[in-house]
Amino acid sequence: MNLDFTPEENAFRDEVRAFIAENYPAELRKAQDEGRALTKEEYLLWHKVLAKKGWVAPGWPKELGGTGWTPTQKYIWSEETARADCLGLLPFGLSMLAPVLYTFGTDEQKKKFLPGIYNGDVWWCQGYSEPGAGSDLASLKTKAERITADDGKEYYIVNGQKTWTTLGQHADWGFFLVRTDPDAKPQSGISFLLIDMKTPGIEVRRITTLEGGHEVNDVFLDNVKVPVENRIFHENQGWTCAKALLAHERSGIAGVARSKRNLEKLRTISSTERSDTGSSLLSDAFFRRKVAELEIDLTALEFTELRTLAGESSGKGPGPESSILKIKGTEIQQRLQELALEAVGHYGAPFLRDLGGNAAGVGPDYAEGLAGEMFNGRKTSIYGGSNEIQRNIIAKMVLGL
Amino acid sequence: MDFSFTEEQSMLRDTVAAYLADHYDFDKRRAAVSKEPGWRPDVWKAFAEELGILGAPFSEELGGLGGGAIENMVVMEEFGKALVVEPYLGTVVIGGGFLKHSGHAGAADMIGGIIEGKTIFAFAYAEPKGRYNLAALETTAKKDGAGWTLNGHKAVVLGAPFATHLIVTARTSGGVRDAGGVSVFIVEKGAKGVTTRDYPTVDGNRASEVYFENVSLGADALVGPADGGLPLVEKVVDEAIAATCAEACGVLRKLHEGTLEYTKQRKQFGVPISSFQVLQHRMVDMFINVEQAVSMTYMANIKVGDDAERAKAASAAKVQIGKACKFVGQNAIQLHGGMGMTDEMAIGHYFKRATMIESAFGSVDHHLARYELLSLGKAA
Repeated sequence: MNLDFTPEENAFRDEVRAFIAENYPAELRKAQDEGRALTKEEYLLWHKVLAKKGWVAPGWPKELGGTGWTPTQKYIWSEETARADCLGLLPFGLSMLAPVLYTFGTDEQKKKFLPGIYNGDVWWCQGYSEPGAGSDLASLKTKAERITADDGKEYYIVNGQKTWTTLGQHADWGFFLVRTDPDAKPQSGISFLLIDMKTPGIEVRRITTLEGGHEVNDVFLDNVKVPVENRIFHENQGWTCAKALLAHERSGIAGVARSKRNLEKLRTISSTERSDTGSSLLSDAFFRRKVAELEIDLTALEFTELRTLAGESSGKGPGPESSILKIKGTEIQQRLQELALEAVGHYGAPFLRDLGGNAAGVGPDYAEGLAGEMFNGRKTSIYGGSNEIQRNIIAKMVLGL
Repeated sequence: MDFSFTEEQSMLRDTVAAYLADHYDFDKRRAAVSKEPGWRPDVWKAFAEELGILGAPFSEELGGLGGGAIENMVVMEEFGKALVVEPYLGTVVIGGGFLKHSGHAGAADMIGGIIEGKTIFAFAYAEPKGRYNLAALETTAKKDGAGWTLNGHKAVVLGAPFATHLIVTARTSGGVRDAGGVSVFIVEKGAKGVTTRDYPTVDGNRASEVYFENVSLGADALVGPADGGLPLVEKVVDEAIAATCAEACGVLRKLHEGTLEYTKQRKQFGVPISSFQVLQHRMVDMFINVEQAVSMTYMANIKVGDDAERAKAASAAKVQIGKACKFVGQNAIQLHGGMGMTDEMAIGHYFKRATMIESAFGSVDHHLARYELLSLGKAA
């Protein structure tokens, strides 16, 4: 057991660091620094740079475009991208749909859809949750009836409503869970469909979140006609795909590298801010203790994640233990957001977003948007299977209770 | 020992609650705060003329209802339930508090203006580098003949966009954090040399950065003793804390009630989610937090008039309330699931207000430190 990096791994780190420094899009950096909502094109700038380099999908099998990196290299990659504050890649295609496609899809489906995901030419969104089906996802009601149309081809006619569709306002395609057998047990009558978002009958409607942002949407489907060949895996067996996807969704969710980066930001902010006595806030006994506790908690999470990664590289897939990563990862992210807001004191209150992009700041630049981030961050313990559901998974699958 | 309210206090509560139920539902509030001017002067006028509540804590000789801290508590708790943004705290509790306690020659007139709804105060005390230290002042007032010249920058002055007058703390002598050398002034917001940058806050209120550039003040602008104003500031801030705790109780009760209601209606796995034991225990813990917060708020408002106990009581209450705001607010969102994340539901708006109350007039850490010092018999 050791924690040393080999000379090759250190060389890899240098290579990654140099690549980011030379190739990270300047206009994206500027947009991030301004803290404004990104355009669709800006979201994909970094993705396209990485696709060209061949580094956009480290998790994919090598023959499909994966990098073939070892778990350690992947770890170095996520550390370096977080350290450089690179924009996170959109997960919908790359890490949510793609594993389902290459595990369950036909060769034709892989050929048709994987390149668009890899190159960032097609924006995907997720149609899973429904107003009545959140934690209890299997109770979903969106219905797909199979018909033979006048053109002699088979289609599903989809009707229903999906919700919490993240960045669905930009999506070209969506992957949806729909009920194809209303009489079967909840989990056995579901199918996994790929739907072109330009199909007539689809309406994407904005949901404004509590901090005022537009990230999630309702998606209404009214007699949406979907070719049967757009179904992944067997009819009525979509739950198998959904479960595989959720496991992948969880394994990336610890966000250790990003939290480390945010911890550094918190240190910078709190060493700039003044305490009541005029010293730096970071030297305040109460505050620095909280920062230290959080850092220790993050170290524990980091090593738990490394143990999980090591297990995966020896052939085990992400198991129910990954629920630990989701729970602790999101708790730490939320705590970081709370402490950053706490650090800036009075200047956590101003809300300048509605005054337009050109409004000059109030207070220090780093204070702007911290409250919004903290409010928005409450979603992380709710989405991807709420933290209560994650505890149920551990109780049942790990502890056997 | 008696924790009951007098008939007058109960009537005051009923009057305020009934008015807010008719005129201040969530949609009306949201419509008002999301456009200019960000508050409703007609509601303020009704507070003054129909309800007469702007005189709640003032003596009858001054035209008030003859109440005090408990009356403020009653009003503020109801305001918390409706997320009222109109400047009762800044005007009646703080502006009125400085006037009542200072023996200022113009106090009776100005309190009359408050009660009529014509004089509106905002409290300009915080500074960019002062954090929660009330004596950390870079704003200065220099003696100029009989009067003063004011210079400085005050940060995040809540309710300043609505105010006619500002209560300003300034340094008249000594070093930046000295307890001595603090003085308090009343400044007309329209005075020459006063500029503001107005903006909304994350919880639907309005605030300003306020800049003073060689503002000429008459001798009568001084409230309380020159150089010795800090004890007065602390007293009024403690009263403001007691009132803010009461507002928090209203907010917390709504967060808890809303969560109970939602989890009883929301079904997953074929049953209301309120039937899950893990959520029941969470809601019990929220309930305990709310009850403890209410208890501390009563305690603080009972003791706030007693100068020997006031400071410790206010800080203790603020610590308890700050923790409750975090726990109850965050869990209310969690138990609402995705719906809790939407702007459409009231619950998120209560959560945002609770979060801002957490740090109002000092964070949990600030008041823990102050409490510790007071317990050790040191001045904080």
